[in-house]
Amino acid sequence: MKPDPSLLEQLDRTWRDPPGLWGFLTTVDHKRIAARYIVTALLLMFLAGMLALDMRWQLSVPENTRMTPQLFNESFSLHGSTMLFLVSVPLMEAMAFWLVPLMLGARNMAFPRLGAFSFWLYFGGVLTLWVAHAIDITPDLGWFEYPPLSGPAYSPGHRADIWAQMITFTEVAALAASVNVAATILKMRPPGMTLARMPVFLWAMLIASIMTMFSMPAVMLVTSMLIADRLVSTQFFSVAAGGDAVLFQHLFWFFGHPEVYIIFVPATGFVSSIVETFSRRVLYGHSVLVLAILSIGALAFGLWVHHMFAVGLPRLGNDFYTAASMAIAVPAGLQIFCWLATIGTGRTWFPTPMLWILGFVATFVIGGLSGVMTASAALDLQLTDTYFIVAHLHYVLIGGAIFPLFGAFCYWYPKATGRLMSERWGKVAFVLIVGGFNLGFFPMHLLGLEGMPRRVYTYPAHMGWDMLNQIATAGSAIAVTGGLVFAANALCSYWRGKPSGADPWGGSTLEWATASPPPAYNIPFTPRVDSLTPMWNGGAPLPALDGIAIDTREVLVSSVTDAQPLYRQKSAGPSIWPLVAALAVSAMFIASIFTPWAIPIGALPIGAALTGWFWPNRPRAKIGALEAAP
Amino acid sequence: MRTAIVFLAVATLAGCAGIQSPLSPAGDQAAALHSLFTLMMIVCGAVYLIVLLGIVWSVLRSGTQRRFDSASGGERRLDRGLYVAASAIVIGLTVLIVGSFIADRALVAAREDDAVIVRITGHQWWWRIEYRDPASGRWIETANELHLPLARTTRVQLASADVIHSFWVPNVAGKIDMIPGRRNVVHLTPRRLGWFRGQCTEFCGAQHAHMAFDVKVDGQAAFDSWLARQGSARAPRRQSGRGASVFVQVCGSCHRVRGTEARGRAGPDLTHFASRRSIAAGTLPMSRGGIQGWLAQPQALKPGTSMPTVPLEPADADAVATYLETLR
Repeated sequence: MKPDPSLLEQLDRTWRDPPGLWGFLTTVDHKRIAARYIVTALLLMFLAGMLALDMRWQLSVPENTRMTPQLFNESFSLHGSTMLFLVSVPLMEAMAFWLVPLMLGARNMAFPRLGAFSFWLYFGGVLTLWVAHAIDITPDLGWFEYPPLSGPAYSPGHRADIWAQMITFTEVAALAASVNVAATILKMRPPGMTLARMPVFLWAMLIASIMTMFSMPAVMLVTSMLIADRLVSTQFFSVAAGGDAVLFQHLFWFFGHPEVYIIFVPATGFVSSIVETFSRRVLYGHSVLVLAILSIGALAFGLWVHHMFAVGLPRLGNDFYTAASMAIAVPAGLQIFCWLATIGTGRTWFPTPMLWILGFVATFVIGGLSGVMTASAALDLQLTDTYFIVAHLHYVLIGGAIFPLFGAFCYWYPKATGRLMSERWGKVAFVLIVGGFNLGFFPMHLLGLEGMPRRVYTYPAHMGWDMLNQIATAGSAIAVTGGLVFAANALCSYWRGKPSGADPWGGSTLEWATASPPPAYNIPFTPRVDSLTPMWNGGAPLPALDGIAIDTREVLVSSVTDAQPLYRQKSAGPSIWPLVAALAVSAMFIASIFTPWAIPIGALPIGAALTGWFWPNRPRAKIGALEAAP
Repeated sequence: MRTAIVFLAVATLAGCAGIQSPLSPAGDQAAALHSLFTLMMIVCGAVYLIVLLGIVWSVLRSGTQRRFDSASGGERRLDRGLYVAASAIVIGLTVLIVGSFIADRALVAAREDDAVIVRITGHQWWWRIEYRDPASGRWIETANELHLPLARTTRVQLASADVIHSFWVPNVAGKIDMIPGRRNVVHLTPRRLGWFRGQCTEFCGAQHAHMAFDVKVDGQAAFDSWLARQGSARAPRRQSGRGASVFVQVCGSCHRVRGTEARGRAGPDLTHFASRRSIAAGTLPMSRGGIQGWLAQPQALKPGTSMPTVPLEPADADAVATYLETLR
């Protein structure tokens, strides 16, 4: 259908942000918020990548004294904490923020202001860690800080507090984001998009959000216990006072392992979307893929002990976790089968996003198989905490999540900017990154098998580890060069890329129904869906519903399973309160590093901000019939 | 100075690659794990090959498709493929889980009745090692060098004095953490004579990288005589030189030399210091140059170590080094 210009103008007036700085600070547009998340996280990825290169330089020569042990320990701690807490998880949330409403044909998230609050709080976490780094209170105990080393006796000062509090920031932000994403997917689907007709991407984002809700409280609890041990001398982890050092590890990994899948599961959503579009056929095994994601989500909570096989827990218990960990290979293997089957039976073409998918499969499977090896409670005793694990975790996280993310970036870039990225430079970046990555990280398996432990700032010359370390350094440098090419391509294409039109790839899902870049109101009508691939309906126009207000911000709320339209809901407009609330929460979090009084006193401004935020000045939602569009 | 020490290290220890590797098993436990690793490599290698072939198949086949027709038999063939893939994965995993279970049992199957009992305590950043003397039942203390009798099981009790460390001698067995408040046990049954190396594998602070130790596998007779010598104290009448007296005054508050007034317990026991192969938990090779370097600037060689830079007159430092060299 062709909406008339006056309707579009009215919609634009209703949904656009105020101009200038005020608009920037008050916006609740999910696309702008997601873009901020993505830009921040990519900048951090670059910085943390530079840290990695610095460490690789240090390790390329034995007995190197270029970095002091303190600097090296700070570098890997900052690298790991940034990549895990401030890059990977937020990037996946940001992709959900950006894409979920578009893929639903909805005009915003379920809780627009909560989305803005998530970002500002996440940004507070970013500043906490990196401003602390700038003034030399960098955490120096790795991305998981085991007590007693991180306890008051062995880590005086505030480095460990900064780490623990940065986690509180990002986890509150992640909880808010995942509630938002889950509510949006469950309650704002367009008419006809029953659960059975929900694209794999949305399933992946839904499951990852639910996993976040179940796992993040564990890590917030454990880092809060650590802060309490350090600040007010509780003795949770103090052995002398009857505490238990291993409790920390259980709680941390109860979060830490699901977290890996919180990063990986959205990536399977990207892969499914890209494979479907470029294979030009309906994804083979939709229900297999969905069930695989569901079972990964469930299994992920039953295998945290495989991070702790060397702790000396009862052996029979360890064997249970071995079986549970290896069982992940079943759903993961079936997913790969479904994707390859789709590619093989479609009329597939291979532009850059598809190349990333092939690179992903070839690389991620190595990480999966080394994961099967480390899942063995027995063999893990030779592999854990060596460079084998460093190789494994980078194969899984970079191969399994970042490669699909790069593919997704290239795939949805035209939707976000209205321009195509250069295919030629895209391929150059692909070859450099995938080649450099494998050259850099594969030798680390061998280093681990030759006995090199992780987190060492140097090693003796006679161990024979020099050559492999040098290859690893060279590979990382190549991969970083590729990353720069990728970034330059994205930047140049922003101004110089070929205009893409609304649907350059012939995509299958609803985000391709609207203009590129999407207007502030996302889509001029409410689509009606009657298949898994609503955009592939033989050239017929997309059926649409009308009846949602155009002169006020309003969205459609539908039923959870059948997506029956239920009622129209007022959608919150721009507001400064999310930013004010995030500032108040940040002040309380940061001050509570220094004094316990920050918690009662800091609660007052938070209460004031939330009172302002929720001040009842909105009329109730009106129930109204939905009419078919003319 | 530092270059000279490094050069010395290379010269004395060159050609020792494989002394800290699970791929070169020299004990029962490591051998069981190595067999498991081989099984894993075979199964996982085959799986990876199949996936690569799958990628090639899908890319090549996609080029031949005219148009996709879901009503044809293609979808049913894919379904059959899916069942085959699922079954193959389950069978492969079952093999690996059973293999893992068997290997895990092999790690504790060793006979314990005539085991050598050793207690090792992790410190930031060195290892306190105590043998139980089978004759007298008393504990014989040494540090940073573990001797094991060939073809006999040593039962190592692991503890920590401060933070979490991890004990790993990959050529003989897998690693086990040393956790404050817990007592872990690892069995070591070496089957090959020679020198090996162990290292801490749980990040334990600034000098985690320099927390290693040497492992020597001896025949039973050589082991017995080594242990007897480690158990002996110094003869007091021979501890009277300048080096000895400076040592007692300056070093004795942290280090112990049995038979003298040096009775400190904070640092490693040095009664038979010069019999060891390296200094400061694998940081430097044992040599006159190494000892003098370590005395002169421990904080430059191992920044953060508890060993302070002790201001000594050159003549005193020389005397202490000479004295330490006599502690064989």
